[in-house]
Amino acid sequence: MVKVEVKNLFKIFGPTPKKIYPLIKQGINKEQILKQTGHGVGVNDASFAVEEGEIFVVMGLSGSGKSTLIRCLNRLIEPSSGEILIDGQNIVGCSKETLQDVRRKKVAMIFQNFALLPHRSVLDNVGFGLEIQNEDLNTRNQKSIESLELVGLKGYENSMPSELSGGMQQRVGLARALTTNPDILLMDEAFSALDPLIRKEMQDELLSLQDRMHKTIIFITHDLDEALKIGDRIAIMKDGIIVQIGTPEEILNSPADDYVKEFVQDVNRAKIVTASSIMKKVDTIVSSKDGVRVAVRKMKEASISSIFVVDKARHLKGIVTIDDATNLLKQNKNDLESIIHKNVNTVSGNTSIEELLPLFISSPYPVVVLDDDNRVLGIIFKVSVLAGLLGEEDNDV
Amino acid sequence: MYKIPIGDIVEILISWLTTNFTSFFDGIKSILLTVINTFAWIFNGIPFYITILIFALIAWKFANKGTGIFAIVGLLVIQSMGLWRETMQTLALVITATFIALIIGIPLGIWMSRNDKLNNIMRPVLDFMQTMPAFVYLIPAVYFFDLGQVPGAVATVIFAMPPVVRLTSLGIRQVPEDVIEASHSFGATSSQLLFKVQIPLALPTILAGLNQTIMLSLSMVVISAMIGAGGLGNVVLRGITQMRIGEGFEGGLAVVILAMLLDRITQGLGQQKRKIKQ
Repeated sequence: MVKVEVKNLFKIFGPTPKKIYPLIKQGINKEQILKQTGHGVGVNDASFAVEEGEIFVVMGLSGSGKSTLIRCLNRLIEPSSGEILIDGQNIVGCSKETLQDVRRKKVAMIFQNFALLPHRSVLDNVGFGLEIQNEDLNTRNQKSIESLELVGLKGYENSMPSELSGGMQQRVGLARALTTNPDILLMDEAFSALDPLIRKEMQDELLSLQDRMHKTIIFITHDLDEALKIGDRIAIMKDGIIVQIGTPEEILNSPADDYVKEFVQDVNRAKIVTASSIMKKVDTIVSSKDGVRVAVRKMKEASISSIFVVDKARHLKGIVTIDDATNLLKQNKNDLESIIHKNVNTVSGNTSIEELLPLFISSPYPVVVLDDDNRVLGIIFKVSVLAGLLGEEDNDV
Repeated sequence: MYKIPIGDIVEILISWLTTNFTSFFDGIKSILLTVINTFAWIFNGIPFYITILIFALIAWKFANKGTGIFAIVGLLVIQSMGLWRETMQTLALVITATFIALIIGIPLGIWMSRNDKLNNIMRPVLDFMQTMPAFVYLIPAVYFFDLGQVPGAVATVIFAMPPVVRLTSLGIRQVPEDVIEASHSFGATSSQLLFKVQIPLALPTILAGLNQTIMLSLSMVVISAMIGAGGLGNVVLRGITQMRIGEGFEGGLAVVILAMLLDRITQGLGQQKRKIKQ
């Protein structure tokens, strides 16, 4: 189900945004528009849809309009034109009351610099959203304590924000956003101000929280590694334009233009590229009921030295080498089962290359990719892992 | 060269106001007089040792122990100089003027913080109020309110109000933008934003303004003795006009003691807020 849908969103800063649309249509770029008219183009024709329970990352360098975009989603910045549908309701141009209700109940935001209220204790910060809704003190405190527990800050209720480290302050920010139990979290560079170790910790924590909560999260970052790590899908922004939207692998494997390509070239592909994208379909496979002769013939036809054996339901049984098979034939035996090697490594489709590499050390055979029902999806050779690392994988090879 | 008749215009304006708004000014006068007299009556009604004790406790609580001891010693000195009644009269006038300055000044400062146009208009007006030689206020104040404590209080309010207005506006403008954004993002109304976020965060700055306002009130009180506002100003004035150096010094010393005491207490208030903030 689509939770948030953005259609043709524009944000133009300046006194007369209407005069700027024709210029944008002519393809005049952001810098020239600023020079000629003094208008800043913040967001230029953004359209995307975020599914319920998805982590949608918007990535771009500073000045790319990503922070403007996320602020349009709860109208902290008033969009110039376009539609923003939250649960099908257009919040652009809606009444003040409706907007207030959306902000109070549906959408919560987490900020780069935490934006905690320095004069309030952690507990009162976390309960702020409910206080705004005139919730009574008991319910407020009870729910605040629950969210603090969720982010691992139990016992810090009475601390002041300034007494906490950056990572802990952002946990308070996260707890504050969770207390009103919103469906949608807007995270504006939420972890960018933290040092690398804490940042990684918070990313992991967010992912594990998300496993339990299934919120719809729109996450802004300028850090590609972060985007690839936590994003189900990523939108890449440049000069207010969304250049590409796709899964991390799609972005890595088929960058839409040179800008994206340049972005992704330094990425550690071993962490991102998964087994399913580098595996080969298995054309030559033998069923355990076929017998040794069929296996040998198939190996000779395909000129390979070993072949995988599956049962009727395509469940993997093991691997047979050509040497063993011909030996068995010389002895006039035909029992395929007796020569099956079981030490075959199997992985699921979303295993990363990084995790695949050690498997090739422990076993001489290709790695088999299985689906959830343990059926064979494909196999991976050493060479395809290397190709995957270089970004040259091609399923036809 | 043509002389612009600014002085004439002001004179015409003032006399027009006095003739047409007599009842309005009389109303203000009676209200102010009631407030001042009530304060004076309270301060003079309480025996001096209890007042000293109360001051010492307040000073101890809001500032520190040293200030508490200073309160006792300082006020005993005033008592022993025989200036207790005058001091309490001055205190009543200062408190009344400060009170009125806050009632007008804080809302005005809040409004200025939210409205750039008003801010631009008010800034020169505040400069005017603060830098116009204080004596100049005394003349129209006498026109409107006759001689006595009321014109003294009015002139004091005008002279002492600018700091609290300015610092209220400044304090609210200095509330970090991200905190305001966060409050909006949770659906805060503008009054929730003001009372739950902006004013609490601006409070140390507003209290600094209060401190300045009290100090200016005290300095104005001596001047307004020239139009019969009474109190310690009278003592000083008598010292000047009749060349009684000793008496003048005593009056001046009492003003200094009172000023230091009020300053330390209000500063203590601000620092307490700052401590919480940190």
